[in-house]
This record gives sequence, C-alpha cells and structure tokens, in this order.
Amino acid sequence: MLVSPENLVYTKTPLMTDKPLSYCPGCGHGTVHRMIMEVVDEMGIQADTIGIAPVGCSVLAYEFMNIDMQQAAHGRAPALATGIKRCWPDKYVFTYQGDGDLAAIGTAETIHACNRGENIAIFFVNNGIYGMTGGQMAPTTLPGMRSSTTPYGRDVALMGNPLKITELVAMLPGTFYVSRHSVHTPLNVRKFKRAARMAFENQKLNKGVSFIEIVSNCNSGWKMSPVDANKWMEDNMFPFYPLGDIKVNGEMVSKPTKAE
Amino acid sequence: MAKIKGAIVIDIERCKGCEVCIVSCPTGVIRLEKKVNGKGYHFAYPALPDNCTGCANCAVVCPDGVITVYRKKVEE
Ligand SMILES: Cc1ncc(C[n+]2csc(CCOP(=O)(O)OP(=O)(O)O)c2C)c(N)n1
Ligand code: SF4
Ligand code: SF4
Ligand code: SF4
Repeated sequence: MLVSPENLVYTKTPLMTDKPLSYCPGCGHGTVHRMIMEVVDEMGIQADTIGIAPVGCSVLAYEFMNIDMQQAAHGRAPALATGIKRCWPDKYVFTYQGDGDLAAIGTAETIHACNRGENIAIFFVNNGIYGMTGGQMAPTTLPGMRSSTTPYGRDVALMGNPLKITELVAMLPGTFYVSRHSVHTPLNVRKFKRAARMAFENQKLNKGVSFIEIVSNCNSGWKMSPVDANKWMEDNMFPFYPLGDIKVNGEMVSKPTKAE
Repeated sequence: MAKIKGAIVIDIERCKGCEVCIVSCPTGVIRLEKKVNGKGYHFAYPALPDNCTGCANCAVVCPDGVITVYRKKVEE
C-alpha cells in the first residue's frame, strides 16, 4: 500500500496546532508559520522557543504555532523580544511581524533592536499594505500601487517613498544576518526554510539580530485571486524588493538597491 | 525497472481552494472539485493520481498545510 506510514514523506508538523488558520485562501502567512515551526521541530527546541505575535492578520499566530508565545502591542514585538531574551538568554526568541507593524508603527522598536544587536530573530512578512484593517497604504506600498487609501495608486510626490526597511537594518552594526525571501513557490519555500534555520542557529552565536523579510501576497487586499496575486508579486514586488541575502555573518553581500 | 510512485491525501474540509498547489505540481495531478466543502470552498483533489511522483511540492507550498504526501519505489 502506497498510502501508509512507512511511505510518508511530508505532513504538517505537529508544531502547528490543529486549529484551522484564520488567513484568507492562498495567504503566505500560513506557509511562513509552518516553515518556522518545521525548523523549531527539526532543531528539537520546541520547549526553548518563545515567539512574539504582532498586531495584524497574524495577531493570532499563538493559536497556530504550538510553542510559548506572547502577543505584543502594535509594533512593539522587538522590544518585548528584547526583554524576554535578556531575562532568558538561553531561549530562542523570535518576532513575527507584518509591514504595518514592523515598518510603520513599530519602526523605532525595529531600528533600535537591530542597532543594539539583540540576539533574536525577526520574521517580517511584507505584503505591501495593511492587510487586517482593509488594505490601506503602508510604508512599503509600491509607487503607483493601489490600496484602499490610494485608489489611484501611490503618488510618491504626495505620499512619499516606500521604505526598504530591510536594506536599512542591514546597514546597522547590530544585524548579523539579513535576507529576503518569498513562499509562493515550492523552491522559494525551501529556500526560506534554510534561511529560517540559519536565523535560529545564529542565536547560539550571540552575534546580533537575524532579520528575514518574506515578500508575500495579500490577495484579499490586492483584490486578486491567490495565483494572480503571486504573479503580480513576481512582476511588481520583486523588482523593488529583490530576493536574496543582503548580509551574512555580519558582512554585506549585496549592495542595497536604490529606491526608484 | 524500479519506478517512484507518489500519492497525496488532501484534508478537503480544511482546503480553501486557493489553487496554489495546482500551479506548483510539475505533473498536473491536482484540480479543483466542482463540489464545495463544509466551509463553501471548492477543494483540491488528485485528478490524475497516476502522475504523482511524491515530490511534495504541493504540500510544501500549501498555505494551510492540508496535504500529506507518500512515496514508494515500485517494481514494474
Ligand atoms: C495602536 C494601534 N494602532 C492601529 C491599530 C489598527 N491596526 C490593526 S492591524 C494594523 C496593520 C496591520 O498591517 P500589517 O502589519 O502589514 O499586517 P497584515 O495584516 O498585512 O499581515 C493596524 C494599523 C491597532 N490595532 N493598534
Ligand atoms: S487580509 Fe491579506 S494578509 Fe490578511 S489573511 Fe487575508 S490575504 Fe493574508
Ligand atoms: S494549496 Fe492547500 S488550501 Fe490551497 S487549494 Fe491546494 S490543498 Fe487547498
Ligand atoms: S507530490 Fe508532487 S507530483 Fe504529487 S501531486 Fe504533489 S506536486 Fe504533484
């Protein structure tokens, strides 16, 4: 019999709870959650890992990840992670944040945690808008990109430039590993998982922040089907937010691209 | 000759019909069912199960983690 336990090659990790995810169909949040939990599972650190959930669609991440978690006030996850890690330096501590959380209301916490070099991991899901509250413009919204508050597209002259916060934190001395990924294809998911593993392994070295951006779709907010949203993301988000490593082992490996 | 055979099992009540697995399957195994599940979503099913190689692409990319994959070497 083909379908029997000895032939099993893939199933959802038990470090994801059995609660149905609250995310829209095709939303990358679920995949990012699961890959982080696969890494925690494979490293055998379930009892020693503490996650910080944000405000945003992933506010309920603690319902889905089968580890100890604490939910932070909007944007304050890196500050909360700092406190927990400093009290408990042997634990693996990570934040999980959207772009509204990390790059708008939480910019100060993000930058200062990264500059201080807290020994934590930050997972940053960038979908270019505020998903949870109805698709408003975020600092990360692309020039010309439609959102519920920029129905004619983001006008940079009026609304300012999008913020590449990942390139920004890579310039800070406190970041040790900075990398940008996506989870919309199997290959990209596997690459992200390797990066997530590195982010957890790095915490053993005590050398600063591991910061991983995941460019992801908010298909509901973008008003597209999931498959179309992923295509749109490849065509529009990736040229502006190029995938790949930016900083590895404390050394810059790619020159930050200028915001056009 | 030994051949790799795969099989997938989809938890249809938890599938949200996003189709991300469908475009990620290299051998075109998966399609959306016309029927809907308890939540009202058209759900994915292995329409061409004999094509499955057990590569796990669909399961890895499924946002809701509802696909389980099996693989076995079979003698022809
Ligand atoms: C102090 C405070 N200000 C504003 C809000 C409203 N609010 C909830 S979620 C959110 C933005 C979330 O966007 P993002 O971080 O990009 O996450 P996503 O939902 O897209 O995953 C905002 C502004 C809030 N909950 N608390
Ligand atoms: S609103 Fe956007 S970010 Fe939130 S769950 Fe839906 S697709 Fe995902
Ligand atoms: S990727 Fe998962 S949720 Fe989406 S259609 Fe396939 S099985 Fe269903
Ligand atoms: S395991 Fe591979 S071949 Fe089989 S259905 Fe999934 S993607 Fe297709």
